[in-house]
Amino acid sequence: MDHSPPPFFKRGPAPLVRLFFFASLSLALLVIDARFRYVEGLRSWIALAAYPLQRLGTAPVDLASRVGEYFATQAQLVAENEQLRAKALAYSQDAQRFQAAQAEAEQLRRLIGAAERLAVRATPAEVLYVGRDPYSHKVFIDRGAAQGVRPGSPVADEEGVVGQVTRVHPLVSEVTLLTDRDHATPVQVVRNGLRAVAFGGGASGMLELRFMSPVTDIQNGDRLVTSGIDGIYPAGLPVAVVVRIEREAENTFARAVCKPVAGIDRGRYVLVLVNESARPALPEDAGKSRTEKTRRARSRAKDTDASR
Amino acid sequence: MLPARSQILLPVRASTIVASFALALFLNFLPWPDVRVVPDFVALVLAFWCVRQPRLVGLGVAWTLGLLSDAGNGVLLGQHALAYSLLAFLAIWLSRRILWFGPGLQALHVALMLLVTQGVALLVRLAAGDPFPGWAILVGPLAGAMLWPAATWLLLLPQRRTEREQAI
Repeated sequence: MDHSPPPFFKRGPAPLVRLFFFASLSLALLVIDARFRYVEGLRSWIALAAYPLQRLGTAPVDLASRVGEYFATQAQLVAENEQLRAKALAYSQDAQRFQAAQAEAEQLRRLIGAAERLAVRATPAEVLYVGRDPYSHKVFIDRGAAQGVRPGSPVADEEGVVGQVTRVHPLVSEVTLLTDRDHATPVQVVRNGLRAVAFGGGASGMLELRFMSPVTDIQNGDRLVTSGIDGIYPAGLPVAVVVRIEREAENTFARAVCKPVAGIDRGRYVLVLVNESARPALPEDAGKSRTEKTRRARSRAKDTDASR
Repeated sequence: MLPARSQILLPVRASTIVASFALALFLNFLPWPDVRVVPDFVALVLAFWCVRQPRLVGLGVAWTLGLLSDAGNGVLLGQHALAYSLLAFLAIWLSRRILWFGPGLQALHVALMLLVTQGVALLVRLAAGDPFPGWAILVGPLAGAMLWPAATWLLLLPQRRTEREQAI
């Protein structure tokens, strides 16, 4: 005989069963996202659903700044105007010199037969909000695939490089900052042309040049700019200034700690640079075999890690 | 049989629940300076509704909210979904017990639940290869638990009866 309870006590499956179901669903999603990146489309659609709330989230800040502007005094405005005018004058001189220098550089490059550098297009964007994730350094900007942003584009502000677009949703894009632990920027020391790769320092908000030879010619105060050999960042954008060099006897390598020049954690407006690089495209099958190889190498590295 | 110091409330409206979740998501998307010490408002509101209305708000809602948080913040898809599902389960499991205590002891229960939630997220990120972000991440859940009495008062406001209604 069936001893099921009357239908008005029905509460569906037991909570523990439900927890098991949803936990396994989440774990499956986690694995698919972390290992295979198959769910980017789904992510874009969910992000689109969250967009109105994100947009709304910036409203209080906008409002506060507008109210602040309203209460700015005449004297403040006059002083600011003067400052801006002086700055504009200085910039216009720089710009004139830059044009002359650019023409000269182009001519010289033509003389030595080097590929001509293409102009960099810049799209202005506003930082919507900072990703709510203490484990990584990411910001979201209000330009997405609809405005022509593509993954991999460098992002800069008026001082220097801020980061790189890592994910593009229809209306917003995700920018990984220079200081993110997984972010690497190919750089060059302005003083002597030394090339290096700057890694993000994570929570410290600094950049690091790791694995430098202890006799490398690098000093405190050296300015680092993008070297442009990666084909992603345009050459010559300011990145960071060296603030500390650690040469310790017990380490084989020296480590230089650098402070980013751009307003990584404060600016509100950034430029998304679209670099039309003149690099020749990779051959089809070569690219394929390389990804295959890296995947194999990666899995091998994982295996050795596990065995350790 | 009713827990101490409780009054009979009006039935909850679905619009109140939806509005509170929208408000919590909005608070989470505000540009906070250091996200480690800011409480997770969505987790707090979710815990509240799971304790008060376990038949209306359950693991399905929690999971959906988690996915929304994941995609909106650009973290691993499923991280918040897993953490919120576990939070909802704990809250529903403890819902009969929590309401018998006063606000302070309720907040202690909630602190434990939020810490477990944060711990699950931490485990997921450590497994994915991220470094430990420092002990400051424990401050967020504790701050959230301290907001519990205020959240209770605020979220029950639409269900309170007026003085005149109570007299009748």
